[in-house]
Amino acid sequence: MCAIYGTLLRASGPKDSLRDYFVLSKGHAALALYASLFLKGWLTRNQLNSYCDENSLLGVHPEHELSGVEWSTGSLGQGLPVASGLALASRLKNNDRKVYALLSDAECNEGSVWEAAMFAGHHKLSNLTVIVDWNGQQALGKTSTILNQLNLVERWAAFGWDAVEVDGHDLAALCSSAAKIGTKPKVLLAKTIFGKGVSFMENQIKWHYLPLSELDYHAAMEELGGGV
Amino acid sequence: MRKAFVQTLIRLARQDDRIILLTGDLGFMALEPFADEFPKRFFNVGVAEQNMLGLASGLAKDGYIPYVYSIAPFCVLRPLEFIRNGPIYHRLPVRIVGIGAGFDYGNNGLTHYGIDDIGSLRCQPGIHIISPCDYQQAETAFLRTWDIPEPVYYRLSKDDTTIVQGLDGRFVLGGAHVLRPPAQVGILALGTMSSDALKISDLLEQQQLSCGVVAVASVSPPPVEDLTEFMCKTGTIFTLENHYITGGLGSLAAEIIAEKKLDCRLVRCGVEALPNGRTGNTESLHIKSGIDPHSMVKRILQELKSAT
Repeated sequence: MCAIYGTLLRASGPKDSLRDYFVLSKGHAALALYASLFLKGWLTRNQLNSYCDENSLLGVHPEHELSGVEWSTGSLGQGLPVASGLALASRLKNNDRKVYALLSDAECNEGSVWEAAMFAGHHKLSNLTVIVDWNGQQALGKTSTILNQLNLVERWAAFGWDAVEVDGHDLAALCSSAAKIGTKPKVLLAKTIFGKGVSFMENQIKWHYLPLSELDYHAAMEELGGGV
Repeated sequence: MRKAFVQTLIRLARQDDRIILLTGDLGFMALEPFADEFPKRFFNVGVAEQNMLGLASGLAKDGYIPYVYSIAPFCVLRPLEFIRNGPIYHRLPVRIVGIGAGFDYGNNGLTHYGIDDIGSLRCQPGIHIISPCDYQQAETAFLRTWDIPEPVYYRLSKDDTTIVQGLDGRFVLGGAHVLRPPAQVGILALGTMSSDALKISDLLEQQQLSCGVVAVASVSPPPVEDLTEFMCKTGTIFTLENHYITGGLGSLAAEIIAEKKLDCRLVRCGVEALPNGRTGNTESLHIKSGIDPHSMVKRILQELKSAT
């Protein structure tokens, strides 16, 4: 999200008609999207603080009614087909818009991801860039024990994509890989550690679900060096 | 109605370059004229209907009017969640064109039947459902709805020749068309079943029983006023549909009768049982379901007798 909103996405505002598009296909990461939109200045602090309040547009999953959210997601496997359609539209209009989508590795369990990957590869939608959050975890455990995500790089490459593995916590590497210009759609298989930087959260499946207690929050913020 | 669809789409595409046609690898001997004239606006996306609906959603979000084409269950049931979360939720002008209303694909089996497409979509607010009665009406429907902002589902028949007498190609979104005036008995017919409804009415006439007929193409928005007016002047209503009796026109009629407190009896005629795997052409499958004209005449007479 830092790479996309901090560097890659070209947009003067959420309504900029020439803006690049970003689809958060792994909609359950909406909190990170809201934080990015806030840092971008597209959400107010009041809006940010309304997360999951009654009648707020900031729910667990992103809603397109919220300015800055391009597409409502939450059901996995639906963002990439839409992003491919957006990329195809830009190709038809012959403009230089870029389309980004963030997927999870477990989302690659969905057949529709590969339907879209096939299409984008076949049509060489080089204006489309996908980042896969490759943290090796899914809702009920490790991907290695549920549906092994073997050879993800080779798989995407076989579907006609420029596929590279990058360190998902290395912002500079993410940005430079994404900026490389090619003739195919591009996918960055971003190796990440779930809960990175907070010792009691790293690779712990329960934090896929649990809200932070006040105590946990303070401990986590201290470890992240962010203060409270 | 394929010819009417393609020819009308070509006319529209000549005047509006937002129109794009996507197919899920179907439409042999049907879509070629469009593909030939607009090669850059025609995409065979392969056998991948979920992606097809996703692509159409993205195209529509960026200002295009994409038409997606496949056999009815393949472009409605397979990508249903994509339709719901995509063009319906985002209110985008995606056009879903399903070929094979009812038992059109008779010998191909249940996988190819369009007998639950309307029921699957009708519970969704925000999508129009149109099941044209003949190719002339289909053409009018395409011309009336091509640029409305909401998504539309067109449920097309393979029949390119039958004309429903008295309809004269009329179509009103949210309206229905009375082909025979209300009487003691009346039939509400879904789409192409309208021509059979006229046959049934003729057969009943020979037995000195007048039978009204309404042709229903606009399922959503529902033609509440037109149906109310017809049904309140009719003793016994028979809905006739090439669709399961739940979720389609029979259910719509039941809702209107109950909510408007109409004083009429309703008999829902349509597909009641899961097909049993025995193959057959469209006509024989109608006979099996009891929705062919002769079975219907018998049923109507029986129902009237048992009611008295």
